[in-house]
Amino acid sequence: MIAAAGLWLAAASGHADTVPQRVVSMNLCTDQLAMMLAGPGQLISVSDLAADPDTSPMYEAARAYPANHGGAEEIYLLRPDLVVAGTFSDPTVVAMLRRLGIRVEQLGLVQSLDQVPDRIAQMGTILGREEQADAEIAAFRDDLATLSAPPDGPRAAFYYPNGYTLGTGTLSHDILTTAGYRHIAGELGRSTSGRLALELLVLADPEVVITSSPYPAASRSEALMDHPAFAAVTGARGAFLSSNDWICGTPLVLNALRDLVAARE
Amino acid sequence: MKLFAVLSALVLVLFAASLLIGPAGFGAGDSLRALFGGQGEAVTLVMREIRLPRALLAVMVGVSLGLSGAALQGYLRNPLAEPGLIGVSGSAALGAVIALQTGMAAAFALALPLAALSGALIAVFLILALAGPRGGSLTLILAGIAISALAGALTSLTLNLSPNPFAVSEIVFWMMGSLADRSFSHVWLALPFMAVGWFLLLRLGRGLDALTLGEDAAAALGIRLDRLRLTMVLGVASSVGAATAVAGAIGFVGLVVPHLLRPFVGARPGALLWASALGGAAMVLTADIAVRLVLPDRDLQLGVLMAIVGAPLFLHLIYKTRRQL
Repeated sequence: MIAAAGLWLAAASGHADTVPQRVVSMNLCTDQLAMMLAGPGQLISVSDLAADPDTSPMYEAARAYPANHGGAEEIYLLRPDLVVAGTFSDPTVVAMLRRLGIRVEQLGLVQSLDQVPDRIAQMGTILGREEQADAEIAAFRDDLATLSAPPDGPRAAFYYPNGYTLGTGTLSHDILTTAGYRHIAGELGRSTSGRLALELLVLADPEVVITSSPYPAASRSEALMDHPAFAAVTGARGAFLSSNDWICGTPLVLNALRDLVAARE
Repeated sequence: MKLFAVLSALVLVLFAASLLIGPAGFGAGDSLRALFGGQGEAVTLVMREIRLPRALLAVMVGVSLGLSGAALQGYLRNPLAEPGLIGVSGSAALGAVIALQTGMAAAFALALPLAALSGALIAVFLILALAGPRGGSLTLILAGIAISALAGALTSLTLNLSPNPFAVSEIVFWMMGSLADRSFSHVWLALPFMAVGWFLLLRLGRGLDALTLGEDAAAALGIRLDRLRLTMVLGVASSVGAATAVAGAIGFVGLVVPHLLRPFVGARPGALLWASALGGAAMVLTADIAVRLVLPDRDLQLGVLMAIVGAPLFLHLIYKTRRQL
């Protein structure tokens, strides 16, 4: 107990150059990178979303870690010497943890496939696990090269609940075009993500529509996918459901890419 | 008769405008050809499956709310009675949300309008019990506030408890209402219940006219007040319940429309019924066109526009009737 308290004090005093021993991750995407790269016992908690099969491809691995819910109080009581968060994690929590003397590292959003190695390298440096990170990066680059397909695939659109569609500057756009699909955002002149009226989707008439798997219980947002006009656009084949591999810029996006390439055949 | 012709023409013009206005700007000729003749092309799909059900629902919801407002005001002899303000729409929304979140609506489609109808029914009975047959303004408004607040809180609670991450953001839909992306399945789901409600409410005319002379005089004229009351309650619950189940709670239609049309029908509540039905349709069509023109990409809720128009009028009515309060 005394030893643990001593360790905590040493960590709280903040040595950025020392290798962190008690790491807490509070963001779904940093959870995945941390679980891939951390040494035994180094990672002590991941966010509760990491164990949710709807959003997390590593939900089984995540069950081995105690979950946190992103609150400053509970994270502080875990006595971490490093907290990893996303740039969009709750700023009040991040500020409070820093005020309490805890080192917080924030990783940025991944907006294209070529940023994935950067994030892996960043996490490797933060955790002091550069070797593991280099191995992951090399494997990622090899797999990516074999999966890239010529850009003559079907015309595709993203259409998520509430009619939300993705623009060209997104990771999903990059996955789609790397698999050789032609994204209709270009034709429609939409570089940013946002709401696309159902009638505009109908008129654009894409060959493939990518949407998310429905969550449990009902919502009006997802009821849009039951609209007869949406069914007419997706046709007999139905919509392509994007899995939890699509959400974060980790090596697991290669699974999303693999599914898309397979769906072309 | 002249008023009937004018209102009908207005509804027809607005209905056509609702069909022709949308984010995909194709010409009126193309739209109408696709609507009546086209086969399987994209424009036909847009006209028949997206714009037509939306315009039809605007008419149906408007008729239901206008008619219910006029009937409630006639029965309570109080210009402040309106399904949204007295908590009937809010309670209907609660019923609808419970049916959707418990999975009842998925297992049995009619559970959605039936649950909304039950919510509305409970609220109308509560209001009548609390406000009494004369519907004093103070008790009516206070009871309405209490019922609305409770129904709104329980709606939020139900949606907060939902495992679906989108449910919470839909609190605003259930409290403000919208017709975006509705389909013919919603039209067919709501229409039977609305039709029953309209039929019941439109039969109230003679009774409501007699009631302006006072209850004793109405009874002497052969009006059975208990039957009148039951018909009104069932009519309002059925039409407002069905409207809310598919479009959310849209307030103030039943307040604004009877108020605007009352001078044109010589203050006869019987004639005000059908006039408010047509006027309600015109008003909801106008609001639904406006939300598409003002913020085409944002799904602005209908209730926002209605409250901006209706709330000042409500304040004006309170000011005028404050002597009674």
